[in-house]
Amino acid sequence: MIVAEQKPLEEIERMIVPYERILILGCGTCMTVCDAGGEREVSYLHSALRLAQAKSGNGAHAFAEYTLKRQCDPEFLELLVDRVADVDAVLSLGCGIGVQAIAERFSELPVLPGVNTSFMGMAKESGVWDERCAACGDCVLDETGGICPVTRCTKGILNGPCAGTKNGKCEANKDMDCAWILIYKRLEKLQQLEKMRRYYPPRNFRPIPRPRRIAARTGVASGGEDGQLIA
Amino acid sequence: MLEEKLCSGEFMVTTEIGPPKGADTSELVHHVDSLKDRVDAINVTDHQSSVMRFPSLGGCLLVKEHGGEPVLQVTCRDRNRLALQADLLLAYSRGIRNVLCLTGDSIDVGDHKEAKPVFDLDSVQLLKMIRTMESGTDMGGSDLKGVPGFCIGASVHPEADFIEPQLIKFEKKVAAGAQFFQTQGIFDLASLRRFMQFASRFSAKILAGIIVLASARMARYMNENVPGIIIPQALIDELAAVEKGKGLEKGIEIAARSIAAIRDEKLCPGVHIMAVGNERVVPQILEAAGLVGTHA
Repeated sequence: MIVAEQKPLEEIERMIVPYERILILGCGTCMTVCDAGGEREVSYLHSALRLAQAKSGNGAHAFAEYTLKRQCDPEFLELLVDRVADVDAVLSLGCGIGVQAIAERFSELPVLPGVNTSFMGMAKESGVWDERCAACGDCVLDETGGICPVTRCTKGILNGPCAGTKNGKCEANKDMDCAWILIYKRLEKLQQLEKMRRYYPPRNFRPIPRPRRIAARTGVASGGEDGQLIA
Repeated sequence: MLEEKLCSGEFMVTTEIGPPKGADTSELVHHVDSLKDRVDAINVTDHQSSVMRFPSLGGCLLVKEHGGEPVLQVTCRDRNRLALQADLLLAYSRGIRNVLCLTGDSIDVGDHKEAKPVFDLDSVQLLKMIRTMESGTDMGGSDLKGVPGFCIGASVHPEADFIEPQLIKFEKKVAAGAQFFQTQGIFDLASLRRFMQFASRFSAKILAGIIVLASARMARYMNENVPGIIIPQALIDELAAVEKGKGLEKGIEIAARSIAAIRDEKLCPGVHIMAVGNERVVPQILEAAGLVGTHA
């Protein structure tokens, strides 16, 4: 899933200054699971912003709140049509995709990001998420024992550990496991150490000329300038 | 030429200079002048520890201009494959013939922590890249007009606390074309002996890395902060036991002792001295190790 962190309240306060009527919009999927922008966080943020406004004595904003099942899905965005009709801006607690989906659907409506989208990861323990996939478009997990060197090695290198690893940890961060030590140990357990010995050529970055598109339907041309599909 | 000396069977000494933080190259040139006739080759580091400095390529040109034999250190941290190839073409066109291929330290250990790390290639792929260029084409498959040729080396860490994956990578570097290795700092000759039992079966020449310690404080700092470095407590105690201000003298003694032992035991075909800011004491180390006047 996509993992994000809510922006500092002060930054959000600065962002909303130009707008009077603001819809705080949560996202019911990834952002709910990573505690960054689900229904609960929308409600907390709503209260925090009202409290800050009361304290400052500056009653410039009127807030409303709502949480969509998914902000990145055009089908769900249609549910917003009436709700955004009388607001000046949407403060989205969706990931960067959600924010942009709203901007694409509602061309005249300002949309503000309430979270910093961080990475694709998984819950490690309660309140802790770890990055696990860099979406590199060229998966090598079959060769590396199911542990991603592109994501988990700070240098993303493919031919084994650098010399900076110490106590199984990374030179960049002593609390972070060295991906290549993990890979070695797992390949050893799987009796596949020969995979460590193979030469891996330089990564092919062609799968990721940004932005990327996957067209599952045949005959779909690339997007037009407004990001709409051209039939 | 480094390549010929590697095959000569003579005990070799290389050393390295960290280029200046700024455009004043006078100290670098001074070091080149004092070292060029005492060592077989001089490396110039490439933003060592990810600290931005005068470039390795510029430093190597100065080494060359002042009569030394340069080793161009190239890391993959700051340049993608286009820039790496272009730099090597420039280096070759200006007479630089030796390249040390490194992945490069992490951006996080340096002084520009917000920079974008590149790592388009790793050290093994960089070695292969050079061999590809020598075959007459670039990495895109296009023919080169004027084909370079280099003596290429790499690094290895015989004292890594988990050695097996490092040895596998060493073999990959040899297979990719590494002709010589300048090792990470060796502080415990027993680990070097173990490593050489493994490495001596390969044709690549191993130059044992000797880091000159200047104080117990520096040793502790390096243990904490320099990627991969493991300095044994006994050496730190030895440095701590000398009176204040005599640390570097002790460090010179320790370095000379290691070099002499490596040479006398014929452990390695040579050494690579890393004085980390104390380049001026390299001649003293060579003298203390009984290695004067044999290199030019």
